[in-house]
Amino acid sequence: MKVFIEGSHAVAEAVKMIKPKVVCAYPITPQTHIVERLSEMVANGALKSEYVNVESEHSAASVVLGSTATGARSYTATSSQGLILMSEVLFNIAGMRLPVVLTCVNRALSAPINIWNDHQDSMTIRDAGWMQFYAENNQESHDLHFLAYKIAENKDIMLPVMVCMDGFILSHGYEVVDIATQEQVDQYIPPYEPAYKLDPQEPLTMGLLGAPDVYMETRYAIQKTMDETLSIIEKEEIEFEKTFGRKTPLLIEEYKLEGAEKVLIAMGSITGTIKDVVDELREKGEKVGLLKIVCYRPFPQEKIYEALKSVKKIGVIDKAISLGSSGPLHLEVAALMQSKGESKPVSSFIAGLGGRDIKPKTIVGIFNLMDKDPQGVNFVDLNKWYKEESAIMIS
Amino acid sequence: MFVPIISKPATSLANKTGSWRTKEKPKFLQENCIGCNMCVNICPEGCIKSLDNNKFEADLDYCKGCGLCAVICPKKDIEMIGEDEK
Repeated sequence: MKVFIEGSHAVAEAVKMIKPKVVCAYPITPQTHIVERLSEMVANGALKSEYVNVESEHSAASVVLGSTATGARSYTATSSQGLILMSEVLFNIAGMRLPVVLTCVNRALSAPINIWNDHQDSMTIRDAGWMQFYAENNQESHDLHFLAYKIAENKDIMLPVMVCMDGFILSHGYEVVDIATQEQVDQYIPPYEPAYKLDPQEPLTMGLLGAPDVYMETRYAIQKTMDETLSIIEKEEIEFEKTFGRKTPLLIEEYKLEGAEKVLIAMGSITGTIKDVVDELREKGEKVGLLKIVCYRPFPQEKIYEALKSVKKIGVIDKAISLGSSGPLHLEVAALMQSKGESKPVSSFIAGLGGRDIKPKTIVGIFNLMDKDPQGVNFVDLNKWYKEESAIMIS
Repeated sequence: MFVPIISKPATSLANKTGSWRTKEKPKFLQENCIGCNMCVNICPEGCIKSLDNNKFEADLDYCKGCGLCAVICPKKDIEMIGEDEK
């Protein structure tokens, strides 16, 4: 059923139908509306879950770690500082192979304190062993949660998933979303039955010491699982369409790549703007295209390489930066091309940090800049006065 | 590839950690023992058990050879001997 709905509420509706037995989160802007709505659903009986109030995100992550270990499907959501406060627990959740699903409503990191959108929070946690999916719009924000639980709880996978959606742009934006029905969700996601769980009747220990004789094997197992997950997600794309009657790209989306010479690679809501710009430039005869990456972990290398085979110039837009190096997505695309022996230029563009608007004319500017094969890390839309000031005085 | 790392109860018994013992092991002479139980109580591994009245023995599958039993024994009825001695 199509409804006009706020992104956060579209996510809450999805989570309600997935029926987690435990919901635990700590409020942080811009994630708050999701769990606020879920707490209402629990309070009025629409969602039969244990809603646990905690004093911090570290505790919220610890609660869902524990509840998932007992065999209860669990959900949490956070943003920015909350995510990095959780980080210690996030590594443990992945290492213990617990299929927690977390919504990361992407927001910049302090300092300076900033509540607006970029991808620095989830990018900082990319090595934790969590899968990461990035939504372009609220339909995807809604849909990716079904996929997240389906993939995470797959008996051959058993890894946590982070669904990333851009703060405010998606979380507080109203769009028409085709909301799934309970029957579809029940049909798509089977009940969660883990092979191992904490049970007083059959005691076992999880999260124990992994000495040098076993530690490497546990990491290898996660890496191997990530590789195997790519083909499972590809199959889920078909399964998803069969169940929900709509096609949702789950690994990558190729937008007008046929005959494209200049291609931008990006993730999240910015890809919607890029699609509009690509349409405009195509009308003018420019051979441009977009490669949207939905699934960042595991990184679908072969799919990306295949999609870019006939492309001449590649530009990567990162809404995050590994300070002192380059954009994380740029690094991976550049490494991929290098490993395949390709010499085509892969340019790095950093844009939209801390919520700076990325306008269509910015995208046009980036496409134009790509003609010159700019080297190094290129910050887009920096204020011109910046170079002349000795300090940024805010009055 | 789901390979979790878990352990089930009683694995501390399955793990025969006596192999960590590096130098000496206790020898219970069983000559002057008065059955005071001090050796049982002080053993950090809890691996000394009573076989009979005034007759004790350490389970070498778990004994680390720390020598506390030999030190505490009021009758000096336990002595530490080399790993190869009898």
